[in-house]
Amino acid sequence: MSKVVRSSKSRELAEKALEKKAALGEDIDIAKYSSTAEEHVYQEKPSELPAEDKAQLMKVGVTLDDASQRSGTFVQMDRSVVHSSATEEGVEVLPITKALEKYDWLQDYWWHAVSVDQDKFTAHAEIDLQNGYFIRALPGAKVVYPVQACLYLAHKNLAQKVHNIIIAEEGSELHIITGCATHPMNASGLHIGISEFYIKRGAKVTFTMIHNWAPEIEVRPRSGAILEEGAVFLSNYVCMKPVRSLQMYPVARCNGENAIVRFNTILVALPGSTLDTGSRVLLNAKGSRAEIVARTITTGGTIISRGYIAGSAPEVKGHLECRGLILSERGIIHAIPELKGEVAGVDLSHEAAVGKIAEEEVEYLMSRGLSRDAATAMIVRGFLHVDIEGLPPELAEELKRAVEVSGKDLF
Amino acid sequence: MLTIEGLHVETHGKEILHGVNLHIDAGETHALFGPNGSGKTTLLMAIMGFPRYQITQGRITFKGQDITHASLDERARLGIGMSFQRPPVVRGVKTRDMVRACLGAREDEAAIATLAERLNMGDLMDREINYGFSGGEIKRSELLQLLAQRPDLVLLDEPESGVDLVNIALIGQMINELLQKEQKRNRTRAGLIITHTGHILDYVNASKGYVLLNGVVTCERDAHECLDTIKKNGYEGCVKCQK
Repeated sequence: MSKVVRSSKSRELAEKALEKKAALGEDIDIAKYSSTAEEHVYQEKPSELPAEDKAQLMKVGVTLDDASQRSGTFVQMDRSVVHSSATEEGVEVLPITKALEKYDWLQDYWWHAVSVDQDKFTAHAEIDLQNGYFIRALPGAKVVYPVQACLYLAHKNLAQKVHNIIIAEEGSELHIITGCATHPMNASGLHIGISEFYIKRGAKVTFTMIHNWAPEIEVRPRSGAILEEGAVFLSNYVCMKPVRSLQMYPVARCNGENAIVRFNTILVALPGSTLDTGSRVLLNAKGSRAEIVARTITTGGTIISRGYIAGSAPEVKGHLECRGLILSERGIIHAIPELKGEVAGVDLSHEAAVGKIAEEEVEYLMSRGLSRDAATAMIVRGFLHVDIEGLPPELAEELKRAVEVSGKDLF
Repeated sequence: MLTIEGLHVETHGKEILHGVNLHIDAGETHALFGPNGSGKTTLLMAIMGFPRYQITQGRITFKGQDITHASLDERARLGIGMSFQRPPVVRGVKTRDMVRACLGAREDEAAIATLAERLNMGDLMDREINYGFSGGEIKRSELLQLLAQRPDLVLLDEPESGVDLVNIALIGQMINELLQKEQKRNRTRAGLIITHTGHILDYVNASKGYVLLNGVVTCERDAHECLDTIKKNGYEGCVKCQK
C-alpha cells in the first residue's frame, strides 16, 4: 500500500463506488480475487529478470536484454515494481507511488482524466493502489527512443490494480510501448489499469499497448487523455491472444484548439474470449480532429467494437472506421459507431463493415498462383495492417512485428 | 499450347458458351472480338479456372495436360496468367505484396523495384491494390503482376480500356515483352487478347482473330482483316463475310 497521503476526497468517492457496476461489460466479483501476492525482487538490471518472464515480455514489445533502443524501462510484476529507469535526457520514469512522494503537484493530475467513482474498478484501484508508472517528458524534450512499460501478472488469482500517469509537457515528444502479459503458468487473474494522459500545448504522445493475457484473465483498463492546444495523441492497441473478458472504452478530450487524436485498435477474439472495446473522442475545441480505426477478427469469440466521436466546437473533423472479419462459423462482431454533432460546422463521418472475406478477393490472389490458404492469410494480414500516420517508422515496424508475432497462429 | 474443344460454360445457372473451339500455339497471339455480353470474358474466366464459370461440356488442354477440372491456383502455377478488366480492391494488401506473391520463390526486391520503375508504378507500389486506381493504373498494375508472374499463356481482358493515348504505347510495350514479341523465333509464350476497339492491335501484333457472338465463335481469320471487316460491316457483317 502506498505510504503517500492522497486526497481524502478521492478516497471518500472511491469508498462509495466500491460496489458500483461498470456501465459496460460483464460484472466481476472483485472479492473472488486475491489482493495479496508475494513480493518480487527489484533488479537494477532488467536483463536479470527470469528468462521465462523475459520471453513473455518479448512478445509484447518489451525487450529487457537489450534496452539500448529504449529511453526508459518500467516493469511491474504483480504488486511489485521490479525495475524502473530512464536513460535518456528529458524523460522521467518512476513508480507512481515514488512520483507521488516526489511531486506534490501530481495530486492535481490524480483522477483528473478518469473519474475515481466511475465504477467499482476505478474505486478499487484507489482504495488498494498497488503501483503503476509515472512517465513524463520534460518541456521541449523530444525523446527519441520509446519508453517501455510492462505490467505482468504472475501470481495466480491476483487482482492487479495499477494507476499510471503520463505527462508530456509543452512541446515535448514521447513514445511509449506498453505490454501486458501473464506468466505462462498463471491460470487466472484480474487486471485493473488506470491510465491518465496529459498532453500539453504542442506536445505529442504515441502510445502502443500490446496485450497478451491468458484464457482465464479478466481485464478492465480505464483510460483518459486530456489534450491541450495543438497536442497530438496516437494510441494503438493490439490484443490478439485469448483473454476471458476485456472491457474498456478510453476517452480522449481535445480541450485545446487543433488537437489531434488517433485511436487504432486491432483485436482478435478467439473462442471463449469476449472483447468489449472502443474509443471515444470529445472534440471540445475549434479545429480539433479525431480518427478512430478498429480492425477486428473473430475466430469464434465475441467482439463489441464501439466508437464515439462528439463535436461540440466549430471546424472539428472526425472519422470513425470499424471493420470486422468473421473467420469461423461461430463468432460475433457487433460494431457500434456513434457520432454526435452539437454545433453547426462539424464534419463527422463513419464507415462500418462486418462480414467474411470476399470470395472474389481470394480468387484474385489465387489466380496469381497462391493456394486458397495462402491467399486467405495474405488478405487477413493486410486487413490487420493499419498504416498509422505520424507514427515513427521504427515504431510502425515494431507494431507490425508485434501484430505478426501475435497473429502467427492465425495465418 | 492451348486447345479448347467443344467448350460449354455456364455461370449463375445460365449457359453462356455453347461449344467453343480454339487453338493457340506457343509464340502466337490471338485476338477475341465480339459485342458486349457475347461471352468473351466468360471464355477467359473459364480458361483461367474461376469456379463461378462451370465447364459443363468440352475440354481444355494446356501444354498437353487436360486442365478442364484443374483448380484456379493449379492453372496459375502451370503457367496461365490473366490481366483483369475490373480486378477487385483488396484492402490492406499493397501492390508490392501482390507483385511479391506473383514472383513466388523468385522474390527479389531489386527485380520488383526495376519492374515498378519501368511501368512508371513507383508511387502505386505502396498503395492498397486497386484502391482508388484509375483505369490506366489498373492496367499497369495488372501487367506489372503478370511480368512478375511470367505465365506461358497470357489472357488479357481489354488491356486498353480506360487507358489514355500516352499510356497505351507503354501498355503495348509491356504486353509485347510479356509475349516475347522481340524474339523473332523460339517464343515459348502465347496470348489471347479481348479487345473491343482493336486499338491495342496497333501496338501488339496478333495473328489470328475470332469473333464471338452469342456464345459461339462465328469467325476465325487473320486478326487485322477481321477487325477491318468489323469496323466496316459490324459484327454481323463479319459473320456474313465469313460465309
